[in-house]
Amino acid sequence: MTGGLLASELGLLFRRRRTWAMLCALAAIPILIAVAVRVSSAVPAGRGPAFLDRITQNGLFVGVTAMVVSVPLFLPLTVGVVAGDTIAGEAGQGTLRYLLVAPAGRIRLLLVKYGGAAVFVVVAPLVVALAGAGIGAALFPVGPVTLLSGDRIGTGEALARLLLIAAYLALSLLGLSAIGLFISTLTDVPVGAMAATVVLSVVSQVLDALPQLDWLHPWLFSHYWLDFGDLLRQPVSWESFAANAVLQGGYVAVFGALAYGRFITKDVLS
Amino acid sequence: MSAPGPAAELSIETKGLTKRFGQQLAVDDVDLAVPKGAVFGFLGPNGSGKTTTIRLLLGLAAATGGSMRVLGEEMPGKLHDVLPRVGALVEGPAFYPFLSGAANLRRMDAADPYGSASTRHARVQSALERVGLTHAADKKVRAYSLGMKQRLGIANALLGPRELLVLDEPTNGLDPQGTREVRSLVRSLAADGATVFVSSHLLAEVEQICTHAAIMSAGRLVAQGTLAELRGAGQAWIRVLTPDPGAAAHVLTGLGLAVILSPDGGAPPGGVRPGTPAGRDAVLVATRRADRQTAAPGEFAGAGEPVAPEAMVAALVAAGVRVRGFATEQASLEDRFVALTGEGFDVVQ
Ligand SMILES: Nc1ncnc2c1ncn2[C@@H]1O[C@H](COP(=O)(O)OP(=O)(O)OP(=O)(O)O)[C@@H](O)[C@H]1O
Ligand SMILES: [Mg+2]
Repeated sequence: MTGGLLASELGLLFRRRRTWAMLCALAAIPILIAVAVRVSSAVPAGRGPAFLDRITQNGLFVGVTAMVVSVPLFLPLTVGVVAGDTIAGEAGQGTLRYLLVAPAGRIRLLLVKYGGAAVFVVVAPLVVALAGAGIGAALFPVGPVTLLSGDRIGTGEALARLLLIAAYLALSLLGLSAIGLFISTLTDVPVGAMAATVVLSVVSQVLDALPQLDWLHPWLFSHYWLDFGDLLRQPVSWESFAANAVLQGGYVAVFGALAYGRFITKDVLS
Repeated sequence: MSAPGPAAELSIETKGLTKRFGQQLAVDDVDLAVPKGAVFGFLGPNGSGKTTTIRLLLGLAAATGGSMRVLGEEMPGKLHDVLPRVGALVEGPAFYPFLSGAANLRRMDAADPYGSASTRHARVQSALERVGLTHAADKKVRAYSLGMKQRLGIANALLGPRELLVLDEPTNGLDPQGTREVRSLVRSLAADGATVFVSSHLLAEVEQICTHAAIMSAGRLVAQGTLAELRGAGQAWIRVLTPDPGAAAHVLTGLGLAVILSPDGGAPPGGVRPGTPAGRDAVLVATRRADRQTAAPGEFAGAGEPVAPEAMVAALVAAGVRVRGFATEQASLEDRFVALTGEGFDVVQ
């Protein structure tokens, strides 16, 4: 019967105007990029975000560029809002006590809440990719794509690679969602949990940029966020995908356990 | 106090239930006994620990000490077996403002693992109907009035067949019509065999609908029992205003009543505030003797047969006592409540 609750959770998430506003904002990123490139003269190679210079040759690169642009802040921001809201939002609103009395069961509720956040994590990069591909196709020529390895692939396969990158980003954000879930069990103030989650994602990226902290880098959940270039080679190199999966799995396990430990004993007094 | 039956006949039973918030004991060594099928009023001033007790009973918060049984099962160990049989309204309703009333109820029902999806629509409709919200079912809760939210909260407690309803101040914010409807709803639930545990500080309301009650004060349970026991069914008295106190006392004592000559018109413990005696007349207050507490209200048991008030007046007049005033009085729940919890306006910490 957990399926019923998960369906209800997804219905709740995707019926909120806030969720749609965030998805629209994400979709606006590739549209802005595409329009900007379209109305300006040719972008000199090597300037601006990665792949920006390729857009005029192939519209599909709008999606890739937009994903590169949204990884550091926009995607973590939306994921932080959704994950930080999971438990704290229900607590702040008072509905948490009624869910628990229903009884949703604390473990079941935690799983469903994480499931909802995970679905959002899949949808968010997908929106960026698809909006990018759509606007790119509308404003620029679309055709075979030259990969980083120099090979050329057809449009269909290029689209598949785009979706693969979206999947990579979804995977990348699972750890952050688990962190957000845990923080969400600590407070009854959803905004606080959201802000803390977003701040952590920024802190992690800043630490990742400091060469003095080399030893720490492989442990940071944002370490592999931008390493999806491997997916644009022929054949696809799965190395960073696998390393990322292990890292994110670790974060999900650790912060999932922390969230469990906290939520299972939490006094629901809101 | 009625002798508590075996554990199986109690819907709620707590022993030494305690909850501490930092330094403060919000619930302090509470022994509740709610008989099955009772409409149980849970009374107490603001901050006396009613809602906290309810949170403990529903497993929302962990007790610092003590044990509880709800519907015969150990809590919070058997939480998942017990809660589907319990409907609850805790500290006011809470809903998703961007969903309609019906969608909110469907959401809560989906959270109940026993809330079957195939009967959900029908159960939501009938719950809405029971609280008179059918017409507002598709309206966003954001646009509900306070009383409509309260009704929806009660509907949420009625989504399934319940053996126990825990309602924390159910009539809060309701109009007189709504209050009456809740009263009749509570009665009909009780008539269906459910136990209703209703917290309130509206004494008149509790007097109207409850069979039993408990009174909390500063986290402690200070009284509990049937309503009659709490009011002190024995705590009825007559008040006689007369210039012949000696003769009157003689007559009344002869009828088996305990007589107090009360120059200041003082009432028995827990009694009503007396009026000022007129002129230099004495006020006699005569109560039923402690060993004769079984008489029906309105009758005053003497040493022998119960004596009706009119017979007392006749006896007084026959003995030549000048009766200038005669009244029968009975303690109300409010008297008892104030006597137990204090009259001060300040919240007891
Ligand atoms: N989350 C909390 N943290 C600290 N103290 C609390 C908390 N919740 C309640 N209390 C304290 O516990 C005591 C009992 O509160 P509770 O809400 O149970 O009272 P109540 O009887 O329901 O009052 P009311 O009639 O106003 O609803 C109060 O003194 C309150 O200050
Ligand atoms: Mg309360």
